[in-house]
Order: sequence, then C-alpha cells, then structure tokens
Amino acid sequence: MVTALLYGLTGLGLFALGLYALITQTHLLRKLLAINVLGGGIFLVLGGLTRRLADNLIDPVPHAMVITGIVVDIAATALGLAIVMRIHALTGHTTLPEERE
Amino acid sequence: METLTALTLAFDVLLALLLLLTAGFALFGRNLFRAIVLYIAFGLLLALVWIRLDAPDIALAEIAIGAGLTGALLLSAWARLERSDDNQAADESSQSGQDQTRTPH
Amino acid sequence: MTRFIWHAVRLLAAFLVAGMAVGLAFTIVSLPPASPELALTVADNMTKSGVSHPVTAVLLNFRGYDTLLEMAVLLLALVGTWSLAPIQEMPPVTPVAVLDSLTRLLTPLIMLTVGYLLWAGAHAPGGAFQAGALLAALGVLLNLTGWRLPIDATQCYLRAIMAAGLIAFLLAAANGWVHGMHFFSYPHDQAHMLIQFIETFATLSIGITLFTLFLLGRTAPH
Repeated sequence: MVTALLYGLTGLGLFALGLYALITQTHLLRKLLAINVLGGGIFLVLGGLTRRLADNLIDPVPHAMVITGIVVDIAATALGLAIVMRIHALTGHTTLPEERE
Repeated sequence: METLTALTLAFDVLLALLLLLTAGFALFGRNLFRAIVLYIAFGLLLALVWIRLDAPDIALAEIAIGAGLTGALLLSAWARLERSDDNQAADESSQSGQDQTRTPH
Repeated sequence: MTRFIWHAVRLLAAFLVAGMAVGLAFTIVSLPPASPELALTVADNMTKSGVSHPVTAVLLNFRGYDTLLEMAVLLLALVGTWSLAPIQEMPPVTPVAVLDSLTRLLTPLIMLTVGYLLWAGAHAPGGAFQAGALLAALGVLLNLTGWRLPIDATQCYLRAIMAAGLIAFLLAAANGWVHGMHFFSYPHDQAHMLIQFIETFATLSIGITLFTLFLLGRTAPH
C-alpha cells in the first residue's frame, strides 16, 4: 500500500510542522492552529499505518478512534480559545508573557 | 490499468504536497485571518485524504467538525479579538491622557 | 542580545524537530504491515453488535467506554469555557432579506440531513457525531445570519439537553446489570434499540454543546 505509506509520512510532516510552529509562533491563536495541524498529522499517521493491512481488509477500530480524537480536538480548541480570550481580557495581549519581545 | 494507477499515484502525491503547503502557509503566513481561512482549506483537503484511505466516516467528521466548526470557532474568536483591539485604539485616540482602567467583564 | 537568543532557540527547535521527524520517518517505513487480527475480531462479532456498520459498532458497542468518556470530555470543555468566559449579551443584528429567506429554506433541509445521518449510522457512514456536528453547524449558520436563538446558559432545560447524551449512555450501560450481565454489555436482542437510543440523545447533546462552545460564553439578548 504505497498510498497509505505516503499519507502516513505526510501526517508525520504535518506533525513536525505543527510542533515547530507551536514552539516558535508567539500569537496564541497561531499556537492553537498549530495544535490542530499537529493533531491532524497524528490522526493521519494512525490512519495510514493501520491501512497497510495484508489483504484489502479495512480495520474500523482506528477509524472510530480518530473520530473520537477529532471531537476531543474541537473540545480542546474551544477551551483553549476561552483561555486566550480571558488572557486578552485581563492583559490586553494575545501572547504569553515569556514570549513578548 | 497502469495509466490509472499512475494517475491515482500522481493525485496522491499532489494531495500530500497541497496538504503540507496549506498547513505551512496557515502556520507561518503573516496574516492571521488568511491563516485561519487556509486552515479551513487544509481541513477540507484532509477530508479528501480520508476518502483516499477508505474512511468516509472520518471524512464526514473532519469536514463537519475539523474544518467547519473549528474554523467557525477560530474566526469568531479572531473577530472578537480584532473588535476589542479596534475599540481600544478608538478609546485611546479619543481620550488620550485619561486614566485607562480595564475591567475584565 | 535577546534577539540573538530568540534566533538561536528557533534554530535549535528546527534542528530538534527535524531530527525527530527523520527518526520517526525511518520507524514508520520499517514497521511491518499492521496485523489484521483486530479487524477480523470486529468482523466476526458484527452480528452480535446490533448494527451493520462496523465503525458505529466499534464506537457505540465494542469500545463504548471511549465514546462515553468523550461525551464527558465535551461537557468538561463546556464547563471550562463557561467558567472562563464572562456571560455577555449578543449584539442584535438585523438579518438581510436574502440571507433571511435563504436560512428559512435551508433550516428544514439541514434538519432533514441531520435526521438522515443519524438514521444512516446503523448501516452506512454517518452517526451521532456527524449528525450532531451538522446540528451545531445549523446553529452557527443561524447565528451568523442574524437569528438569535434563545440559548441561555443559565436555563435548566438547556443543561438537561446537554447532559442527555451522557445520561442516556450511562442508562444503556447500566441496563446490562438489570439483565445480570456486565456494565456496558447489551443484551443481543436489545442492542439495536439501545444504540439508537444513545445515538438520538447523543446527537442532540453534541449539537447543542458544540453550538454553545461556538458562542464562547455569550448568551442571547433578553
């Protein structure tokens, strides 16, 4: 399954991009975007690796796990946005104090 | 048959590259609004990938939740941050010199 | 000087992330093909699950614990959002005529699609999460086009709907005890009905919860 391997490696690339952006970007909304891209990459690695079954069988268990993951992802994003709005309301900034230049 | 496999492989490679490109621009582009819109496009492309991996359930969930609702959430939060920044700028220019006390509520 | 340190940190992060990515890439390529054991186990037990779509069977029957906890996570996120964001009133918006009639046309169509996705989950791609997400999307659409839904965070019935999915799930799981079985085991003849029961309430809960998360603590004007 070349396709599955290709998308698994793409997922790894997305994970790396997201992780780098999470470390280096200072705007908190950008960090949330990074977490989402990173999560999407991890789902893609899971989906790609488990798609490489010997015959043309499809495993529904990782599919169910990824659907669960997507819903947890949006819950985390919403909570993160609430925290960002709170930080902005209290300090007037959309960055963390350690990362202000 | 062989041209068909070559075509699908080309499609897969193109999709993977587009995915990495949209993610890169969404994470490292200068304009935040554009970044969020690109993230929504990224989510839609990701749904296409799930179709290619024979997971239509995940594709539906990704389009509805990952791209649609997360995008709407991020855009509404962005709009509120912008609006309050604008109000602040307007306040500062109209009553410069006055004491600026900010209340959290 | 701080600028220099900042650049050094960026460079270090780039090297670390790139090194990790290369290592992981080698691991992924060298992994043997996934074992089909789990897929075969699911396929063997499909007749007992109560539905004919494998993903729905895994989500609501075989790995029901996961989905139960996921509903709890959604509620927790909502509680966290509510305790962080101040309750404010939404500014009223006058709907534009074209948007107004468009939403009047789209609302019943989207409701129909929500019902279809919920019903289709038993035998085809679809189910409670997709249907709930579409329900939430309808709420977002109505909100953006200027309708103000009477979503008031302080009202009891709304909170009851939000918790309904979790409560229905727990009731269906506790049903195993009534029949002298383990927690979370469905009697074979009731499995289909129980799954439909959970999914109906879960769709409502997920829809309302996701829509309220979108509002980020805002409430409608009184």
